[in-house]
Amino acid sequence: MDDFIAARSQMALSLGFHIIFSCIGMVMPFFMAVSHYKWLKTNNEVYKNLTKAWSKGVAIFFATGAVSGTMLSFELGLLWPKFMDHAGPIFGMPFSLEGTAFFIEAIALGFFLYGWNKLNKWFHWFTGMVVGVSGLASGILVVAANAWMNSPAGFDFANGQYLNIDPIQAMFNKAWFSQALHMCLAAFTATGFAVAGVHALMILRDRNREFHLKAFKIAAVFACIGALLQPLSGDISAKDVAKRQPAKLAAMEALYKSEKPAPLLIGGIVNEQDKTVSGAIKIPGALSFLAHGDFGAEVKGLDQIPENEHPPVAVTHYAFQVMVGIGTLLMLIALVYFFNLVKKRSLLEQPWLLKLFVMAIPLGYIALEAGWVVTEVGRQPWIIYGIMRTKDAVTPMPGIAYSFYIFSAIYFSLSIIVTFLLYRQIKMVPVLYAKTESK
Amino acid sequence: MKDVVITFLCMAILLYFLLGGADFGAGIIELFTSTKNRSKTRKTMYQAIGPVWEANHMWLIIAIVILFVGFPFIYTTMSVYLHIPLAIMLIGIIARGTAFVFRHYDAVKDDMQWLYNRIFRYSSFVTALFLGIIAGSLISGHIDTQATDFYTAYISGWLNWFSIAVGLFTVALCGFLAAIYLIGETKEAHDKKRFIKKAEVMNVAAVVFGAMVFIAAQRDKIPLIDWVFKSSVGLLAIVLASLSLVLLWYLLIKGKTKVLRILAGFQVTMILLAISYAHFPNFIRLKSGDAISLLETVGPEKTIYSLGLALLLGSVLILPFLGYLFYKFQKKEE
Ligand code: HDD
Ligand code: HEM
Ligand code: HEM
Repeated sequence: MDDFIAARSQMALSLGFHIIFSCIGMVMPFFMAVSHYKWLKTNNEVYKNLTKAWSKGVAIFFATGAVSGTMLSFELGLLWPKFMDHAGPIFGMPFSLEGTAFFIEAIALGFFLYGWNKLNKWFHWFTGMVVGVSGLASGILVVAANAWMNSPAGFDFANGQYLNIDPIQAMFNKAWFSQALHMCLAAFTATGFAVAGVHALMILRDRNREFHLKAFKIAAVFACIGALLQPLSGDISAKDVAKRQPAKLAAMEALYKSEKPAPLLIGGIVNEQDKTVSGAIKIPGALSFLAHGDFGAEVKGLDQIPENEHPPVAVTHYAFQVMVGIGTLLMLIALVYFFNLVKKRSLLEQPWLLKLFVMAIPLGYIALEAGWVVTEVGRQPWIIYGIMRTKDAVTPMPGIAYSFYIFSAIYFSLSIIVTFLLYRQIKMVPVLYAKTESK
Repeated sequence: MKDVVITFLCMAILLYFLLGGADFGAGIIELFTSTKNRSKTRKTMYQAIGPVWEANHMWLIIAIVILFVGFPFIYTTMSVYLHIPLAIMLIGIIARGTAFVFRHYDAVKDDMQWLYNRIFRYSSFVTALFLGIIAGSLISGHIDTQATDFYTAYISGWLNWFSIAVGLFTVALCGFLAAIYLIGETKEAHDKKRFIKKAEVMNVAAVVFGAMVFIAAQRDKIPLIDWVFKSSVGLLAIVLASLSLVLLWYLLIKGKTKVLRILAGFQVTMILLAISYAHFPNFIRLKSGDAISLLETVGPEKTIYSLGLALLLGSVLILPFLGYLFYKFQKKEE
């Protein structure tokens, strides 16, 4: 394997791994806080048990998220030293604030996990909230750093020099808001559906029904609100991309030729050699609307962009299709669920709805990973859009392929162990919590 | 602001050595504990470091973020020429961090525990060893940024006697810190004795490996002796460290746990000071004879200003909260 490809693969793998854990670490504290609040208010033991059961899962995910994040902060240098030489001081601001947020999060987690019976109960609840809020803040900050790579700001670039650096301006670049908003919603949607799905499965299997029903309701509300807002925020993102990265937008829609009005493609097989797409369903004018809010507007195609600045079209296009497809599906599930809530229909009488949620367990995460592939692959061949190429940033050290194999093996084993642990946690729910529940 | 940032960097590195080090040490101690006492050691350890575990490891992240934001050239030079030991240390961090949590949160306690324990112990050892190797390599003057062959550029910079001696010395110090810390965390006289014994063994090991560091430095022509004995601060630090060693043994026999901790922390701080003061602010010494200095590679002014501000703001938010965490979970001693 080529060193450059290996470095890219290792970066993608590490981030793809980290994102799952960090999203859970970001969102689960809010679910816990709701359940915890209900316990404090109603004194219903089930809520206490639920909070505790969830917090064990969170501890596992948090630790895995923390070590994979530590890994990432070194990997930026291990793999992309020439990028970090210049980028570090410019996009470092969010990272240094993020350090603060992580720190607060780690401390609050210590209080929360070990504070049962030791702290004032409302202070204890508050520490749980702090975990959530600082996790969310970290997510927003790190995405602002990533947004800077898409939309560089806060410096002047002249003769290969990075001058007049302003880290604050770099942090508030043009892409930070749309990306951070979309990312946070994605975290709630993906984690919400995954958690709700697991509890739905348990309800269907008729295990500790009261416990799982309460859990399901909390997670499902977050998931469904997220899923309804996600397409709106996706629309903001698309308009944003159209303005700042036309090459990415063209790759997302496999638009090889500029068109006016441009159609939206659904599905289709991309042929990168011939620069054609076959078998796609075309919705006339829809892309013009999506990108510019006007059904008649012209959309820039790849023909207007120099060939050596084209991102990989097929990957970007397929990933975009997957994300939008799943986004639409999850939005429909959310609509059905809210319809049911309004009509006050009992979930238990509608196993099909629960089954729908079970099916959706992995979907949010698939969409999330696909979305990142769109963003990151769509930015290629640039590591800093329009300023530095990815291949100029890679480490001079040869043999990165071995590093990639080793880290793949590590991430693979960690995924297996975490899944296994979670399975055991869920399996043990009846043993650990059944007694108190029947009281 | 530059000074603020450098102070925070030094503080983060020191605290990671002390707190994170004690944490690695716990695994190292477990590695050298007889099988019949292991589960007890494990339990004491979990109660002692569980709540502060995440926080202890944040210091590494703070240090690395300060480096890449404020001193990118140092960060990237390390990343390129010490890629291999850094990667090994990271594998160690991943392995021990996850094993530590997994073994506690596995809902079923069965044979898997055996696996988690193994991973935890060995990776604690490896992580501390490589942390030391990296620290040693930075000052060893073996890093060669002009090398053209793989071995000189990526291997010999860290695979040398001096770096390895520093690595072993670090392992012993970590074990020592952990043992001292654990003495105060157990109530049973029998266990106390055991940890005291461990602390003594680790202390002796530290002295032996410390001597090795000096010998290796002579052999590799590193002016370590000059640094320590020719600068007044270095000399003072080493004298204080030696004096505190005597006091420490005395207190160890008396079993005064609270003071012991402070003293052990003090001792390690003095050792680090003695080694690093003379060539401060040089951070990396190169084979060519040049050195990469913190002051010369410092990032642009605006960056340092906002980084310093972020750190100050962060510490106002963090330190009281962190102090309360340590306080709240250590009261059981009284
Ligand atoms: C649960 C996950 C999820 C779902 C259902 C969606 N997305 Fe998404 N999308 C993400 C998760 C995501 C993401 C992983 O979070 C990304 C990657 C970078 C980012 O900011 O968000 C993303 C990026 C992303 C981008 C690129 C932004 C950029 O490069 O700056 C666009 C244009 C969209 N999305 C559009 C949509 C649309 C129109 C959706 C309609 C249903 C949609 N997304 C659903
Ligand atoms: C967590 C979600 C993310 C995922 C799944 C992800 C995925 C990827 C992928 C697939 C690549 C390789 C692209 C290619 O080579 O074609 C990549 C590269 C990269 N990403 Fe991301 N990314 C994520 C977030 C981030 C963030 C938050 C940052 C930085 C703040 C970042 C920084 C980088 C860098 C530096 C590279 C290497 C250079 C490049 O290939 O452009 N990524 N990522
Ligand atoms: C879109 C991408 C990312 C998101 C949303 C994200 C979010 C988070 C969150 C919420 C946490 C807290 C841990 C938890 O609650 O489980 C975390 C941990 C961490 N992340 Fe990321 N992160 C991303 C990418 C990155 C990148 C690119 C880096 C490094 C350059 C990084 C470095 C870290 C570090 C060092 C930690 C550990 C902090 C701790 O010990 O709590 N993350 N991340």
